[in-house]
Amino acid sequence: MRCASPRGNLALALAALAIACMPFYASPYHMQLASTAMIAAMFALSLQLLLGGAGMVSLAQAAFFGLGAYAVHLLGRALGGPPSIFLSLPASTLVAGLAALVIGPFALRTRGFFLLMTTLAFGQMLFFVFHDTPLGGGADGVFIQRPVFAAFGVGFEVTRANRPAVFLLVNLGVLTAMYAVLWWLMRTLFGHALLGIRANEDRMRAMGHDVLRLKLAAFVLAGALAGIAGHMAALNDAFVNPELLGWHRSAEALLIVLLGGIGALHGPILGAFAYTLIGEIGQSITERQRLVEGLVILAAVLLLRHGLAGLRLRRPAPT
Amino acid sequence: MDLAGLLAQILNGMQYGLLLFLISSGLTLIFGVMRVINLAHGSLFMIGAYLAYVLAGATGSLWLALPASLLGGALFGGLLERVLFRRFREREHLDQVLLTFALILLFEEARAALLDNQFHSVAVPAVLDFSVRVTAEFAYSAYRIAVLGICLGIAALMFAFVERTRIGSAIRAASENAEMVDLLGIDAHRLHTLVFAAGTALAMLAGALAAPLQSVYPGMGDGFLIISFVVVVIGGLGSIAGAFWAALLIGLIDTLGKAYVPQAAGTAIYVLMAAVLVWRPAGLFARA
Repeated sequence: MRCASPRGNLALALAALAIACMPFYASPYHMQLASTAMIAAMFALSLQLLLGGAGMVSLAQAAFFGLGAYAVHLLGRALGGPPSIFLSLPASTLVAGLAALVIGPFALRTRGFFLLMTTLAFGQMLFFVFHDTPLGGGADGVFIQRPVFAAFGVGFEVTRANRPAVFLLVNLGVLTAMYAVLWWLMRTLFGHALLGIRANEDRMRAMGHDVLRLKLAAFVLAGALAGIAGHMAALNDAFVNPELLGWHRSAEALLIVLLGGIGALHGPILGAFAYTLIGEIGQSITERQRLVEGLVILAAVLLLRHGLAGLRLRRPAPT
Repeated sequence: MDLAGLLAQILNGMQYGLLLFLISSGLTLIFGVMRVINLAHGSLFMIGAYLAYVLAGATGSLWLALPASLLGGALFGGLLERVLFRRFREREHLDQVLLTFALILLFEEARAALLDNQFHSVAVPAVLDFSVRVTAEFAYSAYRIAVLGICLGIAALMFAFVERTRIGSAIRAASENAEMVDLLGIDAHRLHTLVFAAGTALAMLAGALAAPLQSVYPGMGDGFLIISFVVVVIGGLGSIAGAFWAALLIGLIDTLGKAYVPQAAGTAIYVLMAAVLVWRPAGLFARA
């Protein structure tokens, strides 16, 4: 996977700094918008690990995202009060990762079209668990108690006034950490092995790599990262519903990755901000949001072959 | 457990399964011949149901809607293939997924703009609005029997077409080996248009037939789309016969499951699918 050049990383760092300074110059509304974009970026990054990393297209990614969000709710219900974020974040990561570990061995027996269909089906299976059973609070969703920033009696109180700024910084921190981990991971032997699978799976197998295990590791890690994104979404919105797990959201993440550029690690971040901005502009022009969304997707697949990250490339990205 | 109730559930299951066959046979053909995953297939089903609702409202009867959905579907599908899908022949699966996802959003928005976001019911045709008394204590809706018959008739026609005609053999050839079609000197473009038109027509007919059996509502295609994917995976991609048996199996499991073990019905078919993927990844009914 292509990573940003030193100059690109500098630009990303400057953008992060601009976001970190938003409490000084931006309205709460715009800070919330930036948080939404950053959560979308985390979610799309988790998919990019599969797609740009190992060449796997999955439509189950939203299910892991939704599990991460529901884990916050279920944990809060089990504890009888708002959980500490130091407990809920690992819980979300673990639940989503474990679900991926259970589904992965089945889904990853297939490739290409089959993988799409099986991940679609497994994702919908989890969707129906939350939609049809009372486990998560039913089909309409529930308001949840936000995790608190406290542990062992020491804590930091989030009020209605400082919430947008605090959440903005927390989301920025998590997104930065996620990007840094993936940036490092793609440079390790594991990352290179994934890229080898994306380029030619049969060759990797012939060379003696345990392809299924590598793919499973990527699938589980991507699931866990999606769970983190889901946790942050639950923290921000204080609301969960089954739609979080639905395949429409997975398709949205695919769109964000495509919009940003499949081969580039920073693509999902560009794509998520562009997508959020387009949605915001679309909403101010027309009430028909799906029309705007549909036309954007059509334009993206028809015209933007290498995504936003590819716009400045002189030649097409090596695949 | 009373026998009459069980019999009714079995008939319902078969009828649901046969409707699923109409949808998933198009899905599996489009995949087999064109190598396209059409996520908008469920939306085409929804369009058929809404067409039935509009035409039944205008004419007072469902009868016009059945040929209209079939012909309109064929024209609409052919147009979609010519204008959009042809450009995506050589593209990656991901691009096709996004294209068809965009179509779902646009179709939904068009439906909301032209009609509304309400639930609607469509009346059963007056001629068939009675129950057939099978035994002393068991009667079954005549319309449901008619749907069973129509679906079985279409299935038989499709088998005959695919197994006996020249175009049918081209379709089978394309499902097994896409390059073979080019080598045989068959016009792949025309074959694709035909297959996509047929698939669309079948999905829209299924929608029109299903309209009186359930409500017509926004996003009604979504559930059918996912179940159809399960049918296609279990039956084996590109296989009409596989889709037929898998659709019947899923229809029966889902209907009987909902009637007798409602807690497990939602997940049962996915468990079956997982088992098939492990045991016979090429599909339960695929030829060895």
